Parts: sequence; structure tokens; C-alpha cells
Amino acid sequence: MSREEKFRDAFREEAIELLVQLEEVVLSLEHEPKSQELIHRLFRIMHTIKGSGSMFGFSEIADFTHHLENALDLVRLGKHSITPEFINLLLCSRDLMQEMLDTNSQSLETSEQADRILTTLKGWQGQRLPEKVPASGSQTKSEPSDQVAYRLRIKLGPNVMAGGLDPLCLLQELHSMGECAISAQTDLVPPLSEIDPELCYFYWDAAINTTASLEDLRGIFLFVEDESRISITRLEHDPPEDALNHKKLGEILVERGDISEEQVRNVLARQKRVGELMVEAGFISQDKVDSALVEQKIVGDLRNSSLQSNTIRVSTEKLDRLMNLVGEMVITQAQLNQVSNQCQIQDIASPVENMERLTNELRDCTLNIRMLPVEVTFNKFRRLVRDLTASLGKNADLVTQGGETELDKTVIERIHDPLIHLIRNSIDHGIETPEERRKAGKPEKGTIRLTAGQSGGEVIISIEDDGAGLNRNEIRAKGIEQNLINESDTLSDAQIYNLIFKPGFSTVSTVTDVSGRGVGMDIVKREITRLRGSVSLESKRNQGTRISIHLPLTLAIIEGLLTVTETNHYVIPLTFIQECIELTSRDISRTHGRHVIQLRGETIPYIRLREFFALGHGQQKYDVEYVVIAVVEGKRLGLVVDHIIGDHQAVIKSLGKMYEHTEGISGATILGDGTIALILDVRQLMECARREEAEMFIRV
Amino acid sequence: MNQAAIANTDQYLTFTLGDELFAAEISKIREVLDYPTITKVPRMPSYLLGVTNLRDNVVPVIDMRQKFGLSSAERTVDTCVVIVETELEGEQITIGCLADSVKEVLDLPRDQIEPPPRMGLDLNTDFLKGMGKQGDKFLLILNMDKVLSSKELRLVKETAENPSGDESEAADGDNSEGSVNQGLPDEL
Repeated sequence: MSREEKFRDAFREEAIELLVQLEEVVLSLEHEPKSQELIHRLFRIMHTIKGSGSMFGFSEIADFTHHLENALDLVRLGKHSITPEFINLLLCSRDLMQEMLDTNSQSLETSEQADRILTTLKGWQGQRLPEKVPASGSQTKSEPSDQVAYRLRIKLGPNVMAGGLDPLCLLQELHSMGECAISAQTDLVPPLSEIDPELCYFYWDAAINTTASLEDLRGIFLFVEDESRISITRLEHDPPEDALNHKKLGEILVERGDISEEQVRNVLARQKRVGELMVEAGFISQDKVDSALVEQKIVGDLRNSSLQSNTIRVSTEKLDRLMNLVGEMVITQAQLNQVSNQCQIQDIASPVENMERLTNELRDCTLNIRMLPVEVTFNKFRRLVRDLTASLGKNADLVTQGGETELDKTVIERIHDPLIHLIRNSIDHGIETPEERRKAGKPEKGTIRLTAGQSGGEVIISIEDDGAGLNRNEIRAKGIEQNLINESDTLSDAQIYNLIFKPGFSTVSTVTDVSGRGVGMDIVKREITRLRGSVSLESKRNQGTRISIHLPLTLAIIEGLLTVTETNHYVIPLTFIQECIELTSRDISRTHGRHVIQLRGETIPYIRLREFFALGHGQQKYDVEYVVIAVVEGKRLGLVVDHIIGDHQAVIKSLGKMYEHTEGISGATILGDGTIALILDVRQLMECARREEAEMFIRV
Repeated sequence: MNQAAIANTDQYLTFTLGDELFAAEISKIREVLDYPTITKVPRMPSYLLGVTNLRDNVVPVIDMRQKFGLSSAERTVDTCVVIVETELEGEQITIGCLADSVKEVLDLPRDQIEPPPRMGLDLNTDFLKGMGKQGDKFLLILNMDKVLSSKELRLVKETAENPSGDESEAADGDNSEGSVNQGLPDEL
């Protein structure tokens, strides 16, 4: 990748983040149209996009943003309030900018769209301007009496050029704002031997006569502001003929902070009076500049050190690599522990123990790095809800809760599309039209509640609406029609509701572009299952529907219980385990060979891994076996194993493509001695056992 | 050997399955292992033997005999696993293939490879790239990508979804019907 491409990529990445922020701000603005702070944030974001866009050759975006800014300026100046149309326009613009970024070249389509938006904008501006301008009278640029003189000292951070910024661009922009004199200051340039050609040693003093406001001037430097020191002072407007009032050079220097008053006095004591006012600076002698510089440098250093950022950007590949290494380290640690236990050498035991503690800490830290708050995803849905409700003529708010809940980055990325599907469904099928809601005695505005929270080793994300709820009879009828169930089946509500997760199932007779094609829900279910999670659904007629997604905290390492059956090792994720009990042949005979056990008065079914996985010859080998009681969403199931070894940190390894369709196995892990243990997918085992039971009934 | 000849020659690893001599392009082969510990993955077609630990990576192992419709054989000292690297649906995968014994690495000029005969062989010819000769023995050259192709995987999927043949019968036989899952919760 060439240097330039790298910069462009960096810009694109940055711009995409900015566009996300932009959307958030615009949506918040819709709720609080009066907020000056939000408008300023909007400005800042746009300006950054515009500035860096033009720098990296995304001129299309830069131009477009520039026009947007102009429009927004009217709002900022209070010449126009924020209307829903304006918000729409901003959102459309945002989408367009995203598109421009994606296509990266000037495509006809985007430029046509841009034209359309700009025409609307212009129309909008044109409509407001004539009636407003005469009132304020400050918009006409040629009006000389509105000119104000500013003095600027532009001291860019030494690293600005490394970021790809050409200071000349800034100066040219400044120059274009009015009658302007700029002089470069070279006194910071070190001797040739010490020059680092990539640093910026210059600073500039400028004086400008302009109609632009102080804000506008600041705006030019908005996106270098953080690392640079830009001082802008408004000069008192002196009529030129009043020559007597001109300031002394010393005063100007003091005002600029170059030297203190005392220094000026000292100098003045030694020197003759300084000459008449000069607009251009840079006329003081070297040692005075130096002394002032030392002072500035100290202040500057202080400032810079306090500005040191405390986050860094790291590519995901590097993180993945780190995660893999830690995973391998955990495995090696297990081997080391085993060896140390066998050797029984005191001298080794203690460092190995320490090592284990460190490894565990390292593992936790590394996992933690990959965790992100789900908020990132949640925020994107505000826009979705807004647009969808508008296009469907419905009215609903999205309320989010628990956005700070953290999830593995990969999980967050992959959960995004399923969530979109679910939210779409809620709006399309769940939330009723305002009239229907009024009739049902509900507030016209529906609510979609998106919540996230942690429970044990799982994160639960739920989408809840206060809409119509699922129509049991309709789903049942459709199910029969599509041959998913039989007319004669008696099914519980939950079983009927689960039909909507079947491929191709849809109760909506007309396909809208939102939903109804019957592809959504099964994709949702499949994707979530792939993340080792699960979906469940509750619904009450006329009260709403709640869909809960259970997700594992991380995809990389889980705590599990290591068990043995025949010669095979199986790891059962600890999250699902409630307890372990013994199973004797006496217990079995007491239940007449039925696969159930009594536990504190409760009857719990169990499956024997030996039989279920067809291990050995399916014969019971030991008098006493162990039942691991697993709980999945309140349902219990016993898993019968030969032995229980104990707690195990399982670094999850995928079984790969060939074993994509396993049942009841979610992955593998490598034990200390190098053997492979399979990780059980308890939820799937449960479903699988149930399905087989159902099939058996049919056969009987 | 002149340059053209070198350019037209591929190297093959030869191995046996029963009495037949097979060859596979060496560029696809990473290494050959002694028979490792194989952990069976339950409820999968029987030619998928399980997974093995290859330097802390989980690698699936397939039984080529079963795959090609040959009868399965006893394990001997010569039995080994050929680790093959190939692409499956755009994803780089590593797979172990069980072979009765591994023979040698062989140079075969391309013009000495003939297309596989349509009949007369006691195995599925879909996996063959061609036939070669080594001395007076025939050499069946395998197309490893095809052996592990996605079409084959679909077969696996079907088998997994409708378990038929010995696997499911074994499972059914063990479970005296009706008693196994009785009492499982109604709603899951």
C-alpha cells in the first residue's frame, strides 16, 4: 500500500466514525432543536470531514460538506430554526457522504444525488434569506463598513505535516476570507543539522480585514486546533486617519504575549523608542524572541503533556493474534501444571503457581481488550427506527437501556444484522398504526425497548415492543398451510411461536420492503446459534412481544467442567451447570429404566452421553455414574457421564468446516496432555434429544 | 532434464489404500504423521474419523478408504495420516487423510498422465485427476480439491440431517424405544 493510500484509508476510517457521530448528533438535535451545543458539535464534525476530505483528495465530499455547512450556518446564527425537513435533509446528506466514501470515486449517481440535495438546500436558503437578510443586514459581503480586523498567530503543532496537512492550504483559506497579510516566522527553525524534515518549524503571523466572524476564522483551524496554538484577537477598529492612536510595537508584542510588559520596559530603557505601528510582525531582535520563546515553550510543553491522548488504535488482526497467543499460553500452562504435579518438586511448584496466576490475569486482560459496549450498535438503530416508522406511517420511539454492557467485538459485529431484522419486525408486525393504537386504548406513540444486561456468563439482549403481539391462530393456520405442523397437533403457545423461526415462514400476505419475505427470523436464529447463543420469544396478545437473545460473553475462552465418558473427554460450559449428582444402578432400577431422576422431589430427564453419542457399546460400565444437571432457560436436563474430572479453562477451537453440522458439539479444546476434548452445546443437545423423542412417538 | 521438461513435471506423493497405489500433488501436502490419537466427533458420518491435535490445532481426519468406497482395513504400523492443505468454499483448511502406507515422492511429467478410465476401477472415479504409471504398476492420481470438495460436504450435511445406515441404527438399537426420552420437558 502506498503512503498516500494509507492516508486515504485512515481518512476513510476516521470519516466513517465521524459520520456515525454526525447521525447521533442530528438525531439528538431532532429532540432538542434549540441546543446550541449540538449545533456546534455538528459544525465541528462537518468541518473535520471537510478539511481532511479535501486534504486527501475526497474533493466531492469536501465540496458537499461545505455547502451543508453554509446551510447550517443559518441555523447557528438563529436565522432559521430546525425543522423536521431540515433534519431529513441532514440525514440524507449523511447517507450520501457515506456512499461517497464507499465508492471513493466520483460516480454519476452520487453526484446527481448531491445536486438534488444541494438544490433543495439552496431553495431552502433562498427562501429564508430574502426575508431575513434585510433585517440583519450583515450578509452582504461587499459592505466595507462591516469589516473587522483580526490579528492571528498560527502556530501549528510540529507534527501536523506528518498527519498529511499542508499548512499552505490553511493559509490560503485564510487569505480567501479577506484582505490579508501573512508573514512566516522562521525563528524556531533549528540549524540544518538538527532539522527533521517532517516537522513543521514555522509559525505565522497574520493580519486580516474581513467580514467573516471570529467563529469563521476559528473554523479554518478547527481540526488542527487540538495540537496547535491559534490565537485570534480582534483589533479595535481605528479609523485610518486617526494616526495618533496607533499602537506602539511594544504594546502589540505584549498583547500577543511575545514579551511581558516588564521586558518591554527593560528594552525600552536600553533602546530608543520603537517605531510606528506595523501590521506585519517579526521585527524584534533575536534574543528577545528567544526569551519569549522559552517562556512559550514551557507553557506549550505543559499543555502538550496534558493533551496526551490515552487511547490508541490497534488493528483487529493484531488483537486476534494476541488472543491466539494467549490461548496457546493457557494450554501450555495447563501442560506445565500437569508436569509440575507429576514431578512433585517443591522448587518448581511455586513458580508454576505464580505463572498460572499471571497467565490467568493476562487472559482476562486480553479478553477485556476485545470487549466493547453494545452502545455502539444500539445508537445505529435510532436512525433505523426513525426512518422505518416514518415510511410505514407509524409512530414509535426507541428506548435503549444497558448500552454500557460489554460484549466481544466479534459478537457485536455479528449481532448487528440480526438485531436489525428483529427491530424491523417489531415495527412492521408489532407496532400498530396510530389509529389502531388509539382504538386499543394505548398511547399513539409505540415504544420499542432495546435492553442489554449481563447474567452469569451470558449477555442477554432483548427487544420488546408494546404492539399487537403475535397472533397465535394466524401463525397456527399458516403453519398448517405450509406443512410445518399438522392440523391435529396440540401445541403450546411457545411451540407455535417458535414456528416463526422456521425458514420461509411468514404470516404477512403482502411482502413489503421492510419484512414479510419470511427470510428474516430463520437467519436471525442461525446467526445467533453460530455465535453459540440462543433466541427466545414471549408474546402477549395486544400487549406486545419480547424477543431475548442470549449470547456468550466471549468466543475465545470459557470455563467448563471436564468430564470423561468411555475414553472421550467432554467439556460442559459452566454457565449451564447447576449441580452434579451420582447415579447408581439402584436409582436406575427404581425408575424402571426410564431416563429420569428424582432430585429433591423434582423429576429431571437425562440423556446418557454413552448412548446418545454411541460410544463404546452403549453398555453401562460403572456402577456409579454421574449426572451433570444443566439448566437452559429454566429447563433442566441431566447429562450422564462416567467421571467428572473438574474445572477446566477451555480455549475454544473450531472444529472447522467439515464439522459444521455437528449436533450437540460446539467446538473442541486441547487438554494439558494434548488430547482433544469436545465442548458440548447443551442447548442443542436438549433440542436434539427432544426432537428425537418426538420422532420416536411418531414411529410408535 | 531441460527447462521445459521441468516446467511440465509435477511432484507427487504416493501412498497405498489396500492394493491400490495412489498419488497426490505434493504442493497440497503439508506433512505426513504417524497414526495419531483421533478423537471421534459423535453423530457424524463414519468416514469422518474425528479430530486430531496437530501442534495445538484441531484438524479433522477422514478415512479415504471409506470415502472411496473401499472396505476398511486394520490399523498397522504403516498406517499414517497425510496432512493436506486445500481450499474449501474460499476458506483455507487443513485436513488429515488416513492412508494405509506412504511410499515415496515421485516426478511425473504431465504428458505421462492419462485421463481416468470411465469404468473398470473398483472405486468412485470422481476424485481422480488421471492415471499414471510407475514401472508396471498403475498409479491413481487424486484431485485432492475434489476429494474434499463442497459437493462432498453437502453429502455430509445430508447424512447428518437424515442419519441412515449403521450409525443411526446403532443409536436406535441402544435406546429401547419410548423409554429413552420419556419425561423430557414438553416445551423447549
